[in-house]
Amino acid sequence: MQDNSRGSSFYKRVIEATPGGEALSLCLQCGTCGGSCPSGPDMDATPRRLFAMIAANMEDEVLGCNTPWYCVSCYYCTVRCPQEIPVTDLMYTLKRMAIARGRYHKDAHVTFSSNFVDLVEKNGRSFELGVMTRTMLASHPIASALKASGYGLSMMQKGRVSLTPEHIENMPQLTAILDEAKHIASQKE
Amino acid sequence: MSPANDHYAYYPGCSIRSTSKAYEQSTMKVVESLGMTFQEVEDWNCCGATEYFSINSLPAYSLVARNLSLAAEQGASDLVAPCSACFLNLHKTDKYMGKYKDLNEDVNQALAAGNLGYEPGSLQIRHLLDVIVEDIGFDTIAEKTEKPLWGLRVAPYYGCLIVRPDSKYNPEYPTHLDELLRVLGATVVDFPLKTHCCGGHMTQISDETAYELIRRLLHNADEYQADAIATICPMCQMNLDVFQPQVNRMFKTDFDIPILYFTQLMGLAFGISEKELGFGSEVVSANAALKKIADEAPEKAKKARRDKKALPMPESLP
Repeated sequence: MQDNSRGSSFYKRVIEATPGGEALSLCLQCGTCGGSCPSGPDMDATPRRLFAMIAANMEDEVLGCNTPWYCVSCYYCTVRCPQEIPVTDLMYTLKRMAIARGRYHKDAHVTFSSNFVDLVEKNGRSFELGVMTRTMLASHPIASALKASGYGLSMMQKGRVSLTPEHIENMPQLTAILDEAKHIASQKE
Repeated sequence: MSPANDHYAYYPGCSIRSTSKAYEQSTMKVVESLGMTFQEVEDWNCCGATEYFSINSLPAYSLVARNLSLAAEQGASDLVAPCSACFLNLHKTDKYMGKYKDLNEDVNQALAAGNLGYEPGSLQIRHLLDVIVEDIGFDTIAEKTEKPLWGLRVAPYYGCLIVRPDSKYNPEYPTHLDELLRVLGATVVDFPLKTHCCGGHMTQISDETAYELIRRLLHNADEYQADAIATICPMCQMNLDVFQPQVNRMFKTDFDIPILYFTQLMGLAFGISEKELGFGSEVVSANAALKKIADEAPEKAKKARRDKKALPMPESLP
């Protein structure tokens, strides 16, 4: 019964999209992951619960959870998991799937991430000020500007904000590599 | 000193060139005084942080692999990163390419579009702290220490990514930074949360979650009466330092703990001037803490005398 329900299912796609994802089938539901998670209390579902939901192919519910977005990527769960499930990597997979489906939690910082990626693809280096300004303008410009003015100003005063982005020399090479990688990835979907 | 000394490729990372200049300034001073040569990876690009991996996986690995390829081309045996997040991405990409054949093929196909390629395992990917502790060693560091940090109580903060998910150090309770700070003369306080998370980019998602993570760390260091927290990562430094006033406001606390790079503390102990080590760029000023550095070693705390009526306890070996 299980094999049928898990055919070319959500469960299987999650596993395939994650290096070492097969270990997900070994989950004991012990809860070590959620118990180790620093932001666990603020998650809709802890990783343990989420893994049970994935196994039950509850795709919409899983992708709508705030869990992957509240993952701080500290790898406590990964090193403590008795079944060596790459929990953190699975969270990245779920983020990517949620973005691809356009079905993500309202707290997701997709604008922040995609602005970050856009600027890296343009310059080859990250550019904090650029990411912040773009993200603020896209969401609640006044509220977020007020919020950022506190720490932003203190960073400015300490000379810790670069006003112009840094560029790498060989941008055409990086672009060629990234384009090819995107091409390979799209063929595998 | 390691025979591989001339073969360190150096990957600075974006943060160290913008928000965390003091880290690079102090790193360069320390590296120079230890007689090491770091050769910057020519035309390195961003490691993608956590953001790129959230958007697109293969391009993210390829982005990182371009740096590995460029570093290997320079003839380096070791690639050193001072930023924990950069270290993680470089290390993880190298490891995953070695472990997962498909990923390796795909990444190399992508690299080939830019006339590059990378054989996994051809570089040792290392964090700066590891290089200093392992290749230079505590004896040399002790010899270099001219102005011991006597009397300064320091909490050693490792954060997550140099010990997890995969390192030769204990993933929950490493001690190499403790030992290094002790060699510099500092009083190293217990810091049970030493490998807990600073929140990473959480400040961009939820203030409540992010500030609580930062509060826990500051509170723990404060409980052990630390004068300063030593850090090894630009992101950890920024979260604990820049957001400290915000945390104080949210929780009505009055933490006033400077967050210093371990290289700044090494530099001080080596007799390098505060200015050259980038002091002054921290939001929570280090001035009060630095004044605590004494000219004499602190007296060792006396062991509590045993009650003569108490039952005999096993004696520790001499």
